[in-house]
Amino acid sequence: MEHFVNLALKSMFMENMALAFFLGMCSFLACSKKVETAIGLGVAVVFVQVLTVPLNNLILRHLLHEGALKWISPALADVNLSFLSFILFIATIAAATQVVEMAVDRFAPTLYNTLGVFLPLIAVNCVILGGSLFMQEREYSFAESVVFGVGSGLGFAIALIALAAIREKLAYANIPAGLRGLGITFITAGLMSMAFMVFSGIQL
Amino acid sequence: MSAVSPAAGRGFGLGPKERAVLLDPVLVNNPIGVQVLGICSALAITTRVDKALVMSAGVILVTMLANLAVSLVRNHTPTAIRIIVQLAIIASLVIVFDQVLKATLYELSLELSVFVGLIITNCIVMGRAEGFAMNNPPVLSVLDGLGNGLGYAVVLLLVAVVRELLGAGKLLGFTVLPLAKDGGWYVPNGLMLLAPSALFLIGLLIWALRQWKPELQEKD
Repeated sequence: MEHFVNLALKSMFMENMALAFFLGMCSFLACSKKVETAIGLGVAVVFVQVLTVPLNNLILRHLLHEGALKWISPALADVNLSFLSFILFIATIAAATQVVEMAVDRFAPTLYNTLGVFLPLIAVNCVILGGSLFMQEREYSFAESVVFGVGSGLGFAIALIALAAIREKLAYANIPAGLRGLGITFITAGLMSMAFMVFSGIQL
Repeated sequence: MSAVSPAAGRGFGLGPKERAVLLDPVLVNNPIGVQVLGICSALAITTRVDKALVMSAGVILVTMLANLAVSLVRNHTPTAIRIIVQLAIIASLVIVFDQVLKATLYELSLELSVFVGLIITNCIVMGRAEGFAMNNPPVLSVLDGLGNGLGYAVVLLLVAVVRELLGAGKLLGFTVLPLAKDGGWYVPNGLMLLAPSALFLIGLLIWALRQWKPELQEKD
């Protein structure tokens, strides 16, 4: 149990997807103008991340790893398909986003209107693919991949919403013309990233 | 779809249009500085110049070849499934690059870890395939891919040179500024090797670019 709590905290704060690994920067910068949209995208990311990381974990364990195909026929015992992981991961992600979009539209129309355009965009968000690739690289078990999916998605959402809140306040500041908009957002994100480095001193 | 431009028939001689397509993204319309595409990897792997070089090579190759392939099949791709087609092409190219990297530069491929795979979702590759190669003939598309890849590489190398030089006093692993702890005079700035400095550097770069070209400034 303790192991899973540690993993969740680690993926949320110490190895924050946005501020420590710079994943999903495009949407991190583009969708952080207002807190409301930031919450929408944050929820959508957590949603898709929780679904795709464990799904890709199953694919990896039962189809791609060396010897994973033994359940079909013993002759396939020494087939190693792990080089195909990129293309299968991205296919799973694209398909999962599509399914999630249709399901949310059918069963929770209010949520669908809030998430709106963000759901299809998520298919090409590096946080999602990055989550699956980290899962592969660190060889997480199925349970660990569920926890990691929740933690990394939440971490991204926290960073996104915090940045949006800061940017709403920044609208009242007098910033040099050339730095307005994107420039100051980068600097703000840099300061946030420094603040998040505090967490790296914590021993779990 | 779109009409073939007259320039495309002239083969590989670079006319004014081709030159514009090739050089525009490097200098004027830089994908990172102006269009703000593909910054994820620009930030994460710029701690050392050699990592930045390998990553640039990967993005240039993948963008060029993906543009070529997407452009070749553009008239046979139904609009409804074009994203999947593009993703499949890009993912296959990245797999090839990853395998070659693992076979030739294994240590470096371990350090780049997931970021080689993340070329798939790099907005530059996807953006050029969708925005340019879907509507333009193959030769122009290859040049556009090369230009945008080079534009990405220029910024990446710039940030990497600053970070490695100020952070470790080295370039490509060779000592340029002798460190104080090894008897030299330079005291390295440790922040340069940490994540936040990349954000600061790109922010300052954008500031400089927009001060130089005021028409890029954001009005609100």
